[in-house]
Amino acid sequence: MNAKRRLVVVGNGMAAGRTIEEILERGGGEMFDITVFGDEPYGNYNRIALSHVLSGEEEESGIFLNDLAWYESNAITLRVPVRIDRIDRFAKLVYGDDGSATPYDVLVIATGSRSFVPPMNGVRRDDGSLLEGVVGFRTLDDTREIVRLAQAHERAVVIGGGLLGLEAARGLQSHGVRVEVLHAMGHLMNMQLDEQGGGILRRSIEAMGIGVRTGALASQVVGDDRVRGVLLKDGTEIPCDLVVLAAGIRANVEFAETSGFTVERAVVVDDRMCSADDPDVFAVGECAQHRGEVYGLVAPIWEQARVLADVLTGAAPDAAYHGSRITTKLKVAGVDVASMGITAPERDDDEFVVFSEPRRGVYKSVIIRDGRLVGATLVGDVNKVSFLIQAFDQGQELPEERVNLLFDLGTPAAEVGVAELSDDAQVCNCNGVSKGTLVKCVADGTKTVSGVMDRTRAGKGCGSCRSLVRQIVEWAAGDDVRNDPAEHYYVPGVPLAKPELMAAIRDLRLYSVSAVFEKLAPGGNHDAKSKMGLTSLLRTMWPDDFVDERDGRYINDRVHANIQRDGTFSVVPQMKGGVTSIEQLRTIADVAEKYRVPMIKLTGGQRIDLLGIPKEDLPKVWADLDMPSGYAYGKSFRTVKTCVGSDFCRFGLGDSTALGVAIETRFQGIESPGKVKMAVSGCPRNCAESLVKDIGVVAVDGGRWEIYVGGAAGAHIRKGDLLVTVDSPEEVLRISGRFLQYYRENAKWLERTYAFVPRIGLDHIRDVVVHDSEGIAADLDARMQETVEGYRDPWKEGREPAVPGQFRPSLPLISLPQVPVRDGSTALGGRAGRSTRHDPRRPLDVEPKTELTIEGAQG
Amino acid sequence: MTTLSTRVVLGPVGQIPPGEGRAFDLGGRMIAVFRLRSGTLRAVPAACPHAGGPLADGQIDDAVLICPLHLNTWDLATGCSRSGQPDLEVLDVWEEDGLIAVSALRG
Repeated sequence: MNAKRRLVVVGNGMAAGRTIEEILERGGGEMFDITVFGDEPYGNYNRIALSHVLSGEEEESGIFLNDLAWYESNAITLRVPVRIDRIDRFAKLVYGDDGSATPYDVLVIATGSRSFVPPMNGVRRDDGSLLEGVVGFRTLDDTREIVRLAQAHERAVVIGGGLLGLEAARGLQSHGVRVEVLHAMGHLMNMQLDEQGGGILRRSIEAMGIGVRTGALASQVVGDDRVRGVLLKDGTEIPCDLVVLAAGIRANVEFAETSGFTVERAVVVDDRMCSADDPDVFAVGECAQHRGEVYGLVAPIWEQARVLADVLTGAAPDAAYHGSRITTKLKVAGVDVASMGITAPERDDDEFVVFSEPRRGVYKSVIIRDGRLVGATLVGDVNKVSFLIQAFDQGQELPEERVNLLFDLGTPAAEVGVAELSDDAQVCNCNGVSKGTLVKCVADGTKTVSGVMDRTRAGKGCGSCRSLVRQIVEWAAGDDVRNDPAEHYYVPGVPLAKPELMAAIRDLRLYSVSAVFEKLAPGGNHDAKSKMGLTSLLRTMWPDDFVDERDGRYINDRVHANIQRDGTFSVVPQMKGGVTSIEQLRTIADVAEKYRVPMIKLTGGQRIDLLGIPKEDLPKVWADLDMPSGYAYGKSFRTVKTCVGSDFCRFGLGDSTALGVAIETRFQGIESPGKVKMAVSGCPRNCAESLVKDIGVVAVDGGRWEIYVGGAAGAHIRKGDLLVTVDSPEEVLRISGRFLQYYRENAKWLERTYAFVPRIGLDHIRDVVVHDSEGIAADLDARMQETVEGYRDPWKEGREPAVPGQFRPSLPLISLPQVPVRDGSTALGGRAGRSTRHDPRRPLDVEPKTELTIEGAQG
Repeated sequence: MTTLSTRVVLGPVGQIPPGEGRAFDLGGRMIAVFRLRSGTLRAVPAACPHAGGPLADGQIDDAVLICPLHLNTWDLATGCSRSGQPDLEVLDVWEEDGLIAVSALRG
């Protein structure tokens, strides 16, 4: 006895094929005897690939999804070409145009659509068939016919400037046919693109040699026995001998309508894809209308197929289709196009961000509402599409600088959509963490971003991958993603954000790291991970009263050198502004020789680095050098890079060297939330690379100086923003100091200026720092001055260890290879300059238009 | 073959400031001894199992050790890694009359 139910599928297109595949995957082959009717005499093929067949890029045989053997091996009865023209719901029979009547228990309507034939005179013969030379562009037979005609004729008109029409035009062109596209609306692809995007696309299409007419209504097909031309409504006649109809589609649902089903634009279905009229009749694909929408794209239809298979097989009886947010990414006639959501702003407060570069055929626009992406159009450059689709689908937070939605400005953060990344793609390059590892960590139950980072160590290196890690975790956890309140804490061990933490420290007068833990941490527990951040903050807040606890310091700050991979240290003597002297060079050479320094190297910040010094030698090395620290370690003010300036350079407008020396003298060693690198360039040629520094200064004509903030050229690349142009070197010292203090007090721990400036907003920073909008400029200046005066040279400590065993070795040392020191000696007269007439460490008296003079030893 | 537990004295506890660690030579083997702020002593091998970093130079609190090179973390009491690295062996260490005592195993 056959207990299987009879499943009849009307239609043999992509939706039908996919639905049957999903049913078989769920064991439906055991539940149903499946019969499929198709009116095309083929197995199931990929309709989307027809344009490739037309253009010759793909063989016909390559587009079949399921060939006839597949039906056979899955015991599916395929009946083609048979067109079903009536359903008897009550007798549960479908009637075919071959005279057959086939019984069903469950019926799936998947009849798809056909080409819409615009109402034009002369388009049909008397028997209703299309005039010779007029072809739709929907089926494999259509495609074969177009190819046949294209080879025999020279001029073609494509009616419809949507995706299909443009694909057809491109395909025709590849057969050497002259093509003109007629589009009734004002711009091409008006369903997907806004007017400007359509305009740019038009230029690209025309550049290929394809004619385009918009606002063109074809009213008549000219020709008696075959096509001779097309007549437009405005009287223009376009001679041609081939017309391709690509002006839209119509659902094949007349038979359902006449069989008593509710049909609007297509068969109306509920969330189970079940027809409104009969619990045993379902519809899927382009012939189904769900919540008023008819979908003609693969992604939503695949989703419908999954839901329908779940419902029919009982695999998930409660499965429901909720509709799809439409995002498209396609190549139209070789041009990349992507769109999602609305194509034009609809409300007054919708943000509309547009980039247009017609010459290159590039156009991008995004529409943002309430901080969420509600629409985007991309033409000619779709690098950001994965990121945008994700932002659109998941309503995720957008970068504050909207330009980052349109371009990758050197940040690896969102180059690829996370869904598209393969599992083995390495996300964290520092610690070698792949997407698969992150996803598994989420699957194993960790649902917070910080939790996943802790467990996998992703994002714990240079930190440049953190936003990508966040996206992957959010994507993997979906609706289950948990917010970790600790993400907003200044340090993990004290549950307060920076402003609240500073207020508490001030109110309770907490001068040491341990006092902060005891008063503010849960249970008074100390937390090793929080010590560095708290040490930095307390030093910033209490320049004089800070109680230094050595276990609050990172090793670099304990021994004032930079730890290396083998446990040795590197020593960088101070060379303000990158200026040195014969005496300094001689001393450094002597020290390097005496301690057999294995490597002497120049740093990126124009300093000399002595590498490979064992910990126990550090005090002696410093004593022999007798030079201050160059601060090549620590989260603090580092170095000021300078160009040659005006003394020697042919182009120098300002004495950048002297100003760099003055800046470094003033801010040396000041701790900050992240390291601060500076540069001063003596002219807009910018040889010191001031535009990619945390604070960069550039001399411009007229004795003025530009101050840039928030630049970076490390793991992140960001051009600094012009904060202000000032009239004197003293003003540079004052404003850069005020900005530095504002950053010290307001940035999160380890937040570099390249993140801080966009987060706070340049305009706000300018208001506070330059225009004193909050009335705190004098306080910022005063606190900076207090910090400057409180500076002590840490190297003095090196002569007398502050605590026992401070410089004791911690490892048996691996000896590093000796680096041969090449003999490339040059003798340059150095100068150790002072930039201003007063000591730059003293409080600044504003003297506009002060000339910088260098006093100092000539080497 | 028997295993004897042998006590080795590493000198006065005062050579380790509270909240820090110092490295010691234990019969040719380097170990890192930490003195928690509570006064408790902890001891682990001196080299980080990840990349050989000097653990004695790491930062600690009463429970956790952070290696200075790549900021990997371990539980000081158990030696268990909290960041996906190999676990650390924990040595038996205590204070006796102001001296640091370690039990060294000899095969």
